[in-house]
Amino acid sequence: MAKTMFDKIWDSRVVADLGDGWSLLYLDRVLIHDLSGGRAIREVLDAGHGVAEPNKVFAVPDHAVSSRPGRDETTFPIGEKLLKSLRETTGKTGVRLFDLGRPGHGIVHVMAPELGVVLPGLTLACGDSHTCTNGAMGCMAFGIGASELGHALATQTLPQRRPRTMRIRFEGARPPGVTAKDMILHAIGRLGTAAGTGYAIEYAGSAVEALEIEERLTLCNLSIEMGAKIGMVAPDEKTFAYLQGRDFAPKAAQWQAAIADWRAVPSDPGARFDVDHLIRMEDIAPQITWGTSPGQVAPITGFVPEGDAAALSYMGLEPGQKLAGTKVDWVFIGSCTNSRLSDLRAAADVIGGRHVAKHVTAWVVPGSETVKREAEAEGLHTRFLEAGFEWREPGCALCVAANGEQVPAGSRCVSTSNRNFVGRQGTGARTHLASPAMAAAAALAGALVDVREMV
Amino acid sequence: MESFSSITATAVPFLRQNVDTDVIIPIQRLVGTGRTGLGPYAFERLRYLADGSDNPEFPLNQPGYKGSQLLLADENFGCGSSREGAVWALMGMGVRCVIAPSFGDIFFANCFQNGLLPVRLPIAVIRQIAEETEASPGNARTTVDLERRVVITPTGTEIPFEVDTRKREAMLHGLDDIALTKRHAEAIAAWRVGDRAARPWAWDSVA
Repeated sequence: MAKTMFDKIWDSRVVADLGDGWSLLYLDRVLIHDLSGGRAIREVLDAGHGVAEPNKVFAVPDHAVSSRPGRDETTFPIGEKLLKSLRETTGKTGVRLFDLGRPGHGIVHVMAPELGVVLPGLTLACGDSHTCTNGAMGCMAFGIGASELGHALATQTLPQRRPRTMRIRFEGARPPGVTAKDMILHAIGRLGTAAGTGYAIEYAGSAVEALEIEERLTLCNLSIEMGAKIGMVAPDEKTFAYLQGRDFAPKAAQWQAAIADWRAVPSDPGARFDVDHLIRMEDIAPQITWGTSPGQVAPITGFVPEGDAAALSYMGLEPGQKLAGTKVDWVFIGSCTNSRLSDLRAAADVIGGRHVAKHVTAWVVPGSETVKREAEAEGLHTRFLEAGFEWREPGCALCVAANGEQVPAGSRCVSTSNRNFVGRQGTGARTHLASPAMAAAAALAGALVDVREMV
Repeated sequence: MESFSSITATAVPFLRQNVDTDVIIPIQRLVGTGRTGLGPYAFERLRYLADGSDNPEFPLNQPGYKGSQLLLADENFGCGSSREGAVWALMGMGVRCVIAPSFGDIFFANCFQNGLLPVRLPIAVIRQIAEETEASPGNARTTVDLERRVVITPTGTEIPFEVDTRKREAMLHGLDDIALTKRHAEAIAAWRVGDRAARPWAWDSVA
């Protein structure tokens, strides 16, 4: 019978059938970060377990590190404690740690694909909901809580209930100004923030095939904002080309064997999904969120709708108000959604000799040390700095506000991150989610603006 | 994990959609803290006024509701971040059961790891429980019986709910998942040997 990619990966990783739709799944990779990693290892050790397969666990500090230029571990003292704990526990158990300032350091969902840790056909878990990002490599990656993380470390397995399957096909040519971020925001706006709850989503269709790997990572990143723990894209020649030569990708004779296996990963023709959606690319325009949930989104040409009074009051917006022209105080270009080299290039390309508006604070936070170095090698940082953006150190920064960095209360921020929740970027901060190009355009204009008018 | 068999409590209506785990517990409270002590910070952005006093508008601050073990919620409760601190914070303020039409998947799983029972019921039923409770504040009690898999509304209507057999057992007896999985140690070892032979590239690249 024709099988979906999800079914193939799931079935291949079942160690034991636990009944009632549950399976004990083998985990090929586990990622941990500073916010919960050190504690998770310590709890596992305290309970008398070891870390089952430390060579399959990769650790990195990202959530609670400062992004201030020239930062070190002491810049945010609470984060320093967490980092010390991560160093101590990974050192004790032999887990690889990618520490501040060295290649390989970065936001966990940026560095893991970048290092080739994430490979097609694998299962991967991490104590972070945006682990779904990694599904762009053609694997089954999902976020878990602290207790499940302990289980993953102690056994390299996890009991999971099989989700249903959903396919979202994007068909047609990509309109000007529309990015992967706009595609997924549009999908969430249309299908709803709970549409994916209980599902594993496969993104497919000609417009997804046409996306580069970094764009696919952006697409999969917001799966959880649609409710789905898992989002994935079939591996193809672009995936293989992206992976070849990366530090933890298969080498030599195993490379060919791996590719042979990976070619069998995509869904079979005729595979049936429990739910199938079709989105036409021509229906998508550059998106901007207006509320406090990622589903509260509209084209930048649109208006603030009526309905959610609490969200509008928090956001300081009036129903019927035109979105474009709304004054902006902050811009954040970064996060596991949109901080890769292609994102920074897209943002820099909007500048065109202009300067960040006087009243706007604009941050560019590269997603990893490697992204930072590559961006600097091609002079992107100079273009940002000359235009009045701040060029900062890699980390989660303003996406998560767990590192001493916050958007001030009442300030309006256009952000390339993934959550516009109340207080997400700081108590009282007002977040508008958008693509890197839209965010850069807003920084220059000092207001929400249609990027298509700026290039 | 704390075991759970049955509770009888005043159901607190908090019927708001998409209550995310950032709202349940801000991340700042989880930086460098443990599993305990989060109760005072649960829902802090809604629960307290700027001066730190209780916000009288917040249901769990209202007389008759404060300290209740049972929360009624709306669609997509616990969406967003995977932070298990959301469950620890709810339990820290005394909540042992949340009834909602749907939950964020990761939050749902985290609940079962700690002994907080998430119950899925249609919104119409939840509204009915809310109305029955509001009609008789101070007296209305709702029972959630995991043993029998029923919710009993304040007026005595029994409403069955579904729960995974596996999760129900674990919760009734406070079982630890790691201990259960270790019973499969031989199967895991055998599986590893087989997979290593079948897909050496998945192993050797990180050896």
